Amino acid sequence: MKLPAAPAATPLLFPKGPLPWLWPGVFLGGLVPLISLAVGVVRGTLGANVVAEGLNRLGLLALIFLVASLSCTPLQTLTGKAWPIKIRKMLGNYAFFYAALHLTTYAWLDQGLDFKAIFSDIVKRPFILVGFTAFVLLVPLAVTSTAKMLKRMGFVWWKRLHRLAYVAGTLGVIHFFLRVKKDTTEPLIYGGLLGILFAIRIAAWVVKRQKKAGGRPA
Amino acid sequence: MPPEPPSGEITPEALYQRRRDFLKNAALFAGTATAVGAGLVRLIGGGRSSPAAVTPEPIGSSAVPFPAGSGASAAPAIVRPSRYDTDEAKTSFEDCTHYNNYYELGLSKSDPAEYGQLIRPRPWTVKITGEVKKEQTLDLDTILSWFPLEERIYRMRCVEAWSMVIPWLGFPLGDLIKRVEPTSRAKYVAFTTLNDPGQLPGQKRKVLDWPYVEGLRIDEATHPLAMLAVGLYGKSLLGQNGAPIRLVVPWKYGFKGIKSIVEIRLTAEQPKATWNESAPTEYGFFANVNPKVDHPRWSQASERRIGELRRRPTLPFNGYAAEVASLYTGMDLEESF
Repeated sequence: MKLPAAPAATPLLFPKGPLPWLWPGVFLGGLVPLISLAVGVVRGTLGANVVAEGLNRLGLLALIFLVASLSCTPLQTLTGKAWPIKIRKMLGNYAFFYAALHLTTYAWLDQGLDFKAIFSDIVKRPFILVGFTAFVLLVPLAVTSTAKMLKRMGFVWWKRLHRLAYVAGTLGVIHFFLRVKKDTTEPLIYGGLLGILFAIRIAAWVVKRQKKAGGRPA
Repeated sequence: MPPEPPSGEITPEALYQRRRDFLKNAALFAGTATAVGAGLVRLIGGGRSSPAAVTPEPIGSSAVPFPAGSGASAAPAIVRPSRYDTDEAKTSFEDCTHYNNYYELGLSKSDPAEYGQLIRPRPWTVKITGEVKKEQTLDLDTILSWFPLEERIYRMRCVEAWSMVIPWLGFPLGDLIKRVEPTSRAKYVAFTTLNDPGQLPGQKRKVLDWPYVEGLRIDEATHPLAMLAVGLYGKSLLGQNGAPIRLVVPWKYGFKGIKSIVEIRLTAEQPKATWNESAPTEYGFFANVNPKVDHPRWSQASERRIGELRRRPTLPFNGYAAEVASLYTGMDLEESF
């Protein structure tokens, strides 16, 4: 007797290909801190200074995602696995998303949209200028993050532009470092991570160049 | 052997495989989302539960005999209201005791509330040294038996641009200074915090040069607004607020209000002050609240009152200009910030 054929092999819900759960899992996980922040605001568990707490958490999230997105390529270089690249764009866009929320919280909730005060802050305070610059650098990266834009720009130029992410990350760390009053441990940890990621890229570049040179000693 | 199920009920293999894949993928998806989400929440410090509220001993209770001179359990007479009271809305007791800067108890705002009970408020002595008629070590309860306690509702402006309104309980610092009879050479008053990493675990890390020290010019110290506080909201000070005795100088930034004081020294020379030593360009010795003199890294023109969303303008001398501005006549307050 003939078995009824299973409707073509389209997997339920999950996209085709390897590790179909990775992208949606990381995507949902990336929203969790935002949900926990919202719950904290509603339940009043964020302490006495809700605006400052929210501002700190959103800024830290932006930096974490920026460092995470920058770690994808080095991770692929080291492991030879393709999966880090699958989530790189999402991580980068999350960095932009949280940076935008951070800036909005500062401008709207912290400064009450007093643009005169905000402008003088940006001009007078190096730490705000540095943070603002980091955000501005992320804007073109977010705008050109789609496959369509990559095609339009051409891979070489796209790649060059997206190296700005390293500049933004460095500025983000400096912004964090300048803000803390005394305890610089945390910003230094993120700075150290960025340093390691950069070192891996340089090492990979050197190795590639030597290979190109036909294995001749440099 | 069980009878074979009718063929119509046998799941087609492809479908079976599909469901298995789905369950596996769903489990991995949920696991990834949970791990990433929990990891992020932890990294941004959202995982910490806020420390449980501690109910302080009421003043005059037997557990904290306070002050000893007032009898076994009778609450001391408290003078109120004070002529210096502000009528602004008070910051809640919860916020006053759970949003604190006390680096000796940890660097976050919630750490002090968590570790505050490590401070043993009794027995407690305060050394009186330097340019005084007689150097002595005084039991805190002896000091408390000398002065009536006053409640004073003061504004408190932190250098980090937030502020509170706190009902302190204490006595004028000037009364104690008069009582210990300074010599004519005494021009400044220096204060020292307890130095004991057992009670102040934050001192195990050299974030600042421990013990914390602060200082005032003697005319500032004897100004009637300057007080030594031993309580807040009618109750003994909790560890996080600087138990058992701390300085309150409401026209200066909060860091001048040194906590858990063990020594008061009258001096001829300007004493060291911890934050001033640590970053002299950012924290001055005087540290008078001044909306016109910005911290090099942020503006001091406005502040957020704890519990409010909108910022409010910061007032010169934190709103006490009428009382204290004359102390600084002829001084360049931008220079001596």
